[in-house]
Amino acid sequence: MSEQIIEAKNISKYFHDPVKVKVLKEVSFSINKGEFVSITGKSGCGKSTLLYILSTMDTDYEGDLYFDGELLRDKKRDQLSHIRNKKIGFVFQFHYLLPEFSVLKNVMLPGLKLAELSAQEVEHNAMEKLRILGIDDQAKKLANQLSGGQKQRVAIARSLINNPLIIMGDEPTGNLDSKNGLIVFDIFKELAAMGQSLLIVTHDQDFADKTDRIIEMDDGKVIKQ
Amino acid sequence: MARLKQSIVAAAGVTFGITMFITLMGFMTGLNSMLDGLILNRTPHIRLYNEIKASEDQPISLSPEYKDHINNIRSIKPRDDGKEIYNGLAIVAALRNDPRVFGVAAKVVAPVFYNVGATDITGSVNGIDVTNEEALFAFSTYVPEGDITDLNNISNSVILGKGLADKMLAEIGDIVPITTARGQQMNLKVVGFYQSGLADVDNITSFASIGTTQKLLGKTDSYLTDIQVKLHDLNLAPALAKEFQAKFGTEAVDIQTANSQFDTGTQIRNIITYSVSIVLLVVAGFGIYNILNMMIYEKMDSIAILKATGFSGNDVRNIFINLSLIIGISGGLLGLGLGFVFQIIIDHLPFETSALPTIKTFPVNYDFKYYLVGIVFALVTTFLAGWFPARKASKIDPVEIIRGK
Repeated sequence: MSEQIIEAKNISKYFHDPVKVKVLKEVSFSINKGEFVSITGKSGCGKSTLLYILSTMDTDYEGDLYFDGELLRDKKRDQLSHIRNKKIGFVFQFHYLLPEFSVLKNVMLPGLKLAELSAQEVEHNAMEKLRILGIDDQAKKLANQLSGGQKQRVAIARSLINNPLIIMGDEPTGNLDSKNGLIVFDIFKELAAMGQSLLIVTHDQDFADKTDRIIEMDDGKVIKQ
Repeated sequence: MARLKQSIVAAAGVTFGITMFITLMGFMTGLNSMLDGLILNRTPHIRLYNEIKASEDQPISLSPEYKDHINNIRSIKPRDDGKEIYNGLAIVAALRNDPRVFGVAAKVVAPVFYNVGATDITGSVNGIDVTNEEALFAFSTYVPEGDITDLNNISNSVILGKGLADKMLAEIGDIVPITTARGQQMNLKVVGFYQSGLADVDNITSFASIGTTQKLLGKTDSYLTDIQVKLHDLNLAPALAKEFQAKFGTEAVDIQTANSQFDTGTQIRNIITYSVSIVLLVVAGFGIYNILNMMIYEKMDSIAILKATGFSGNDVRNIFINLSLIIGISGGLLGLGLGFVFQIIIDHLPFETSALPTIKTFPVNYDFKYYLVGIVFALVTTFLAGWFPARKASKIDPVEIIRGK
């Protein structure tokens, strides 16, 4: 059995407003290095909520969550920020690029924050990532001059800049037409082939069927792995 | 992150505030010191003189028989040495040796009649110690025509008040007749005109040297009626006035008592200036606060993604505080520059009034202190105005924003 990146044990989560609702009910699973995993389920089943807990952004939960072998519960906010910066790459439904900056600068930003490499090296890496995704010719444009599909590819390049342990996606193809959705999926597939771990939340069954493993959720519980 | 246009508007607010602060402060304090100077520069810090008053020891009050009665029979009149300061020269010498005293100028005031044709104008001749009067009270500033040293160099010379000279149709070089209250007459040569800006003074006053005035009065050269003292520290004046009064047996009045309304006026003008400027800067501060707040609402998405990709709350806060400080520094520095330009412009605006013969343009105080206060205040307000929105931005929960899409 290969090394585990994420191990979730009995994760429960409550929403308090307006009434106390248990949205995640003792969820347990693990994700291994190099796996391409999708989480599916109906709208409102808690799959996005689970992803935000796994991504360390949401800290208000019960249960034990191990990331790269470390228990996350007692980490300070700054330490969690550092983990997100270094070890997790994000792709959201919306691209969240900064419209004032060039494409290249957008991709470089998390790398500059990590500050393990010089600005020139980060820039070189960023160009490399853009080249892999086939949009290196757009590098000097402003982020809001690109098409929807291109923006999403830039967002993927940004998620890759610090060579993360895992890429997490929340409906990364949700805003795209089927053609661009397919392109994005193919990119993920290629990344998986290169050994990149991926965890993608989607309600698109076709998308999920093509991944290595499907975690299916319903009403806050994992019903099928 | 920066929205250039909004930031420029915010910086313009600061610039406006600081510009107004510098301009107002320079102008107001300039006016203040000019008005103060109008009085303070020619007022001695302490003036020693003799009051003409009836003897305290009237015969009836010395009588034990009427000690408990109300005595209103008074017969002993003031002595005939009148306003003369007893032992004046010795007092002047003693004052000169006092380390707290900056300078001493003695004076002889003679009540006179200026003879103009058939009529007489009542007035006074001030016999002054020209050198010291110039050193202590910048006497020449008030003499627009003529040379003050001529009072010493030309015997029997006089500098006439401007209003007086106009009435007498006197010009420099003319000889004017003057009669004292006791009837002595003397012809004095006009060597200049005196213009203080106060018409009442200019209409009756003239200046001569001490010697000339003593001659006019027929007194010896020890005759002095006023001793004007200037101190190193103005604030010691009330205490020293009391001390001198007791020590020299003369009357002594200090500048604070003589001109108390001036101090109050100056203070109130300063308070007004400060409050107007601070209000301007606070308003500018609210402008920055507003703009940053709006910017944070607009930039919610960007803040969320920065946090999601590993920027901490502190990083986000620093970005906004830096932004507001950049606004504050650039706006503030520009404000200092513009304030200086406005000061120069005001300094060159013509301001001519017959009351102030020596002033041709508006007075401006270029004190560096106000520039310092201005930039410090700009930084403090912009920092505070940035601090609160920045704290809010640092607390934004990225999950809530990203979920909301």
